[in-house]
This record gives sequence, C-alpha cells and structure tokens, in this order.
Amino acid sequence: MASDFPLLSGVDLELQPSSLTVLVGANGAGKTSLLRLLAGLVGLSAGEGWVLGLDLASVDRRQIRRRVGWLGHEGSFYDDLSVAENLTFAAKALGRPTDELTTVLDRVELTARRDIAAKQLSAGQRRRLGLAWLLLRRPELWLLDEPYASLDDEGRTFFDELLGDVVERGATVLVSAHDPLRSARLRPRTLVMAGGRIVSES
Amino acid sequence: MIRIALLVAGKDLRIERRSRVLLWQVVPFGVMALLLSGLALGPSQAGHSSAAPGLFYLVIVLVALLMINRSHAIETTAGTRASVATLGLDPAGVFLGKAVALAIELWLTAIVLLAGSVVVLHTALHGTLEAVPSILVTLGAIAGAGTLYGALTSGGNAAATLLPVLSLPTFAPLLIAGERSFNSALHGGALLQWWVISVVALAVYLALGILLYGVLEES
Repeated sequence: MASDFPLLSGVDLELQPSSLTVLVGANGAGKTSLLRLLAGLVGLSAGEGWVLGLDLASVDRRQIRRRVGWLGHEGSFYDDLSVAENLTFAAKALGRPTDELTTVLDRVELTARRDIAAKQLSAGQRRRLGLAWLLLRRPELWLLDEPYASLDDEGRTFFDELLGDVVERGATVLVSAHDPLRSARLRPRTLVMAGGRIVSES
Repeated sequence: MIRIALLVAGKDLRIERRSRVLLWQVVPFGVMALLLSGLALGPSQAGHSSAAPGLFYLVIVLVALLMINRSHAIETTAGTRASVATLGLDPAGVFLGKAVALAIELWLTAIVLLAGSVVVLHTALHGTLEAVPSILVTLGAIAGAGTLYGALTSGGNAAATLLPVLSLPTFAPLLIAGERSFNSALHGGALLQWWVISVVALAVYLALGILLYGVLEES
C-alpha cells in the first residue's frame, strides 16, 4: 500500500524567492514526487507545506497550478501541433497577446522551426519548446523535472543561460537532476535526495 | 467558459486534421463495418431499409468509442497532462470544447455513413434527410456522455476496456431513441417523441459534464 511506503518523508525545504535550487539524487529518490507535490499535481497525504503562501493541505490545488510552471523531461505539449500552434494555444488559454510569440521563439532559438510539428523536434528542441511555454506563462515558481536529461553540452549551456536570466528577473526555480550543475555562471543551492528525504545540502 | 471551450475544440479539431486519424482510420473502419453489416444480413435483406437505422447506430457507437479514446489520449501523453494542468483551464470549458469537437467529428462521420446507408442499404434519401436533425442531436448527446465517461476512464491501464463497459448502459437509451426516430423518419411514426428523449439527454449530459468534469479530472 502506498501509505506503507511514503514517496516522501521528513522533507524540510524552504525556497528563497528569486533563487535557483537543484535537487540531486538517483532514480526513485523522490525528486519528481516532491516537484509534483509542489506543482499541485498531487495532494499532500500528511504533514504540512505552503507553496507561494498557499496551504498544500487545504487549498484547491488548481490555485497552485495556475501560479507554477512545470516542465517535464518527456515534453509538455501536443505532439501533432506545430511549435507556433502549441504556444498560441498556451497564450490564448492564459489570455495573453499572441504577439509575444515572436519574442519568445527568438529567445529559445526556435523561430526557424515554428511551423514544425512538436513530434518532429529533437530532444533539445522539445526542451526549448517547453521553456518557451514557460516564458509565455511567466510563473512565479518554475519546477523543472530533469530538464538536462539527454541534452548535449550546447543544450545544457543554453539551459543554464536561460535559467540564470529567469532567476535574475525574480523567478524562483527548483530543478531536479541526476548530477550537480556544472555551470560556471549559476551557483545554485544543491540538495541531495535519497529514499524520499533530503539527506544533505551544499 | 465559452472562450476556453472554443479554444479546446479548435485545438482538438486541428490535431485531428493534422494526425488524420479520423480520415484514415475511423471513417474507413465505420464504412467497412457498415458494409459488412449489410453483407451479414444476406443478399435478400441487404437492401431492406428497416435494418438500416439499427445498423447505422451500431456502427456509430463503435466509431464513437474509438473517437472518445482518441480524444482523451491526446491529453494524457507523457508530460502534456501536467503542463496543461498548470495552465489553469476552466474544466467546464474544457469539457464543452472536447464534447463539441467530438460531436463535430461524429457528425462528419455520420454524413459518410448515411451516404453509405443510402447506397449499400438502400434507405430512402428523403427519409434519411428527414432523420438528420434527430441524428445530430443524438450524436451530440453521445459526444457529451462520451466525453464525461472518457475523462472517468482515461489514464488507466484498462481505459479501452472500461470505456465501453461503463458507457454502453448510458448509450443504450440514446441508441434506442436514435434508432426509433430514424425509423420513424423512414417509415412514418412518432418521430418527435423519440427525438425529445435525445434532446433531454443532450441537455442532461452537458449539464453533468459542466458540473463534474473538473472533479473527474482531479480524481
């Protein structure tokens, strides 16, 4: 039973505004579960927690989801729609003007691929599309689940640069990864997870 | 709600246009099923139009099950569900949008199947055209109920099995009402009273979907 084997246990975590924090750990350490909890995608079964001032135990989780951004390593969009159509859908859903699209596509260097179906993008380009989706949304809290998975060095550098900009502009970013970030620019707080707990910090 | 409904319906229809699942998989399956149903009746009965309304709705329900599964599968691909959830879309609008898109897809399929019914099963063209309003309403009700049940079963390992098991008891009265009104249009009879059942069912399922879709998504 799930209650006999809690995915997370004794996690004590406080994120400072406008900061970058990296959760490091092996598969099954509880990184994704923690991110999903903070994103309001799953509920809190015990304990207490607040996300952006909202009580995880009692709040309608939809209120949390409206204020956080989620990027999973598997992609975040409709495969049969083009890059531009995916972003237009997100912009319209949020009531944002679609003329921001050009700026966002330029920022993630996908302008030349705007009419390509999402399923035809490479892993790195799919990740950039996910980032574009988040740039359009401008969430207060960015939750990125293993965004570096299967990225080459160029992709990792691009990601680091963009995350640096996002944090400088005031967003709070929590990233999960298998290994600590190697970026010279970013100096994130690194938390090591194992067995559903945060076991060390550096 | 209406803005989100239009957005979601447009997105679902665009995905269908791109993927061509409706055009190359669902409609050919429906036409083949109708043709085989006609052949199964035997040469002497194949042109007997009294069987046509029942066969039409039998094929429609098979096609509808495929479309409902497809409609929800596009939302549950890895990562999409979580990302779209963080857009904070109004669940009532999402339900309406998906139901409208599904209804439009069913109507398009019905046009092809009705034409096939006239050609293969020799239903009278005038009677078939007279049945169109009741068919539109019945298929709208099936789309509403199907979208609701699709949300209930989507994401589970046994979604493809659970959907027909759970939804067929709900579809049954709709299919009976639809078949009766189609038959009445072809051969004379109380078309209106059967049609009213479909209209009421449409209103009930739209209301239920608007109220419950968010709860089903959360669960």
